[in-house]
Amino acid sequence: MMKNINFVSQFKKANIISIVLFTLSILLVFFKGLNYGIDFKGGTLIELRTEKSIKASSIRDTLSSMNLGDVNVKKFGKDGDYLIKVEQKESNNNKLIPEIKKKLTDNLNAEIDFRRVENVGPKVSAELLESSIIAISLALAAMLFYIWIRFEWQFSVGSIIALFHDVVITLGIFSLLSLEINLSIIAAVLTIVGYSMNDTVVIYDRIRENLFKYTKISISDIANLSINETLARTIITSVTTLLALVSIYTLGGEILRGFSFAMILGVIIGTYSSIFVASPILKFFKVSYKTLEKEEEKIVP
Amino acid sequence: MLNFSKINIIFIYLIFLFISIFSLLNLQTNQHIILDKKINLGLDLQGGSYLLLEINSDSLVEEKIQSKVIPLKKLLKDNNLNYSDFKISSKNLIFKINDIEKFELLFYSKKDNVVNPYIDNYRAFELDYKKTEDNYIEINFSKFGLLTINNSALKQSIEIVRRRIDDVGTKEPTILQRGEKRILVELPGLKDPERIKKLLGKTAQLNFRLVSENSEFGVDELISEIGEKLKVSKRIVMSGENLIDAQPSIQNQQNEPTVSFTLDRLGSQKFGRATTDNVGRRLAIVLDGKIISAPNINEPITSGNGMISGNFTFQEATDLALLLRSGALPTPLEVVEERTVGPDLGEDSIKSGVISLIVGFVLVILFMLYKYKLFGIVANIALIANLIMLVGVLTILEATLTLPGIAGIILTVGMAVDANVLIFERIKEELKTEKSIIHAFDSGYSKAKITVLDANITTLIAAIILFAFGSGPVKGFAITLGIGILTTLFSAYFLARHLTSLIVLRKNNKEIKI
Repeated sequence: MMKNINFVSQFKKANIISIVLFTLSILLVFFKGLNYGIDFKGGTLIELRTEKSIKASSIRDTLSSMNLGDVNVKKFGKDGDYLIKVEQKESNNNKLIPEIKKKLTDNLNAEIDFRRVENVGPKVSAELLESSIIAISLALAAMLFYIWIRFEWQFSVGSIIALFHDVVITLGIFSLLSLEINLSIIAAVLTIVGYSMNDTVVIYDRIRENLFKYTKISISDIANLSINETLARTIITSVTTLLALVSIYTLGGEILRGFSFAMILGVIIGTYSSIFVASPILKFFKVSYKTLEKEEEKIVP
Repeated sequence: MLNFSKINIIFIYLIFLFISIFSLLNLQTNQHIILDKKINLGLDLQGGSYLLLEINSDSLVEEKIQSKVIPLKKLLKDNNLNYSDFKISSKNLIFKINDIEKFELLFYSKKDNVVNPYIDNYRAFELDYKKTEDNYIEINFSKFGLLTINNSALKQSIEIVRRRIDDVGTKEPTILQRGEKRILVELPGLKDPERIKKLLGKTAQLNFRLVSENSEFGVDELISEIGEKLKVSKRIVMSGENLIDAQPSIQNQQNEPTVSFTLDRLGSQKFGRATTDNVGRRLAIVLDGKIISAPNINEPITSGNGMISGNFTFQEATDLALLLRSGALPTPLEVVEERTVGPDLGEDSIKSGVISLIVGFVLVILFMLYKYKLFGIVANIALIANLIMLVGVLTILEATLTLPGIAGIILTVGMAVDANVLIFERIKEELKTEKSIIHAFDSGYSKAKITVLDANITTLIAAIILFAFGSGPVKGFAITLGIGILTTLFSAYFLARHLTSLIVLRKNNKEIKI
């Protein structure tokens, strides 16, 4: 597996692609916006099952006659399974769910089973959004700090830019495809942060080792050598992780689909960024073995 | 790194055995044979309801601030402080006063202060005052005063919520305080939370008040359940506090469901006196500001037993009796978050979770075998051991397994091999330069060590943050992910390393392919 691929020659091209994707993602998130689920927007979600085949449009018609505000009905997995999302008008209607159930049963003349009901009030959804943003920021800060302690600030900056790149592009793709952002997507994003960091650290570790081993070689060549040396591992681990994720995506059921999709995106983008974003930044900072020697007490393998 | 002392080996396998035994506990059916430890299933897997309730203390604050009026006026009068323009609003009291310095001295006196007691716990006064335009004073609750009101209302509410839920008889409910104003309720196995929500949605403040056109206490115009408008006196003859029991019953003659109640001694006296004095008049039974019924008082009721009728179904009578028995909530409760999963969806989730776990597991195992042959077996043994230990640790902690938690296990399977891959790839590199195979393996392990640690600590940090900030199902994911990392490190660096050393040392420097 010891092919010598010239990654460094591709850095420029890759960086342009990254910058374009990054910018597009930011524009998308700002102008198209994210499709927040009820966790962050408040409202009611109902997953229902009927034995009789019913058209989504007739569910929609029934609900819009109830004057509930924005109603969204879509098929969800098997035939006869639907997911209804209702924007909440008043926060305090305790009878909303039984009312909807009765109206649907009467109008559609069918046995309807509510398999899952989620109802998030506006206060709680605002808090959930806030704590999610704090969690992601805190995770990024913790990574920044950890790498700063274990390596040098240049590495720290490089890895954090790579993480930012991954998170923003993942969100950009979610915005582009209008996929729902809910609590489990936030969990996925945080896991991506951990995974992508994991990949970056492996390459950085090797770069540090090689900087000491070959003090005469330029950082570009060191980066190239290190990426090549760890390439087999990078690919194998990505493959096993993707195998697990694809199996969740295809077989894990509707509820985990968004989560596993975000993770699949994240693993691909994260692997790419460890090679094409995190490493060029070290070149940009002109890191050399001298950078590392400044602090001798640091643990060096 | 390949030399293990006997003690080390024994230690490694003992730890492994110890943890694995716990994973077996999950196979026990209902009866606990040895130890009653099990992984709990989250609400999303076993079905059930999660409710987050919030108290609304506005009405309490209003009531409390009004109760300050009389003592405050008395205090001012007793100390010859002249006040004027006294106004009462829902949150504060405003009045005009000339000698503000003297007032302040009295207002913030720590000794026997009836108006503004000093709360020792917080080292603060219950009330604060603010000087507004020329000599006007505005009194409202201090931050800690409000906290005290919320706290006691919350404690009381939790108690009553618990009584009501226990009375309905759901299995193993969880009722916990969340923050300053919220109560978390988890009801596993509950299919339809509507009845509980209905029961918790009522404060159940019960009053008996006389129907009268005019009264010296003033009258309220209330609407009864059957739509009748009635004027009732503001004076409360007796309230729900005096009830010691309430039970649903059937009125024999009309076969009508009713609620019969028993009063305590004080209640019996009050009720007896009121019914004796007012024979022939109507007595309104008011629940949460609505008249349930307003029967005629036919004869004095002095026994301390009474009955409420009001066109109930038997279910309604049962629920009303339950509400009256449990007592009134100090404030209304609002459901601010609700998540309910039906049991059949939970079963489906377990099924699809387990299937995807098995498929993911098999795929990873096959891939590792294909990639590393003999050492693939080593990595796979480590992976299986890892999974068993992960389950074992979850059992020891009696953690809650959620659907995202299962996803966390699958993800651990995918990522757990990483440690071994890092090591094996490193050994491959060492084999190229190192002549002695044993040395190559040895330095492969020691050189990969720091990378493996660094790489896993970053994921661990993400898991810890997820655990701290996530709620419910997401927490379940963080737990499995985090523990998965620890078991991964153990299985790669102890179990797999020992197995590798057995292979390498047996082959004794003969050609080994990795």
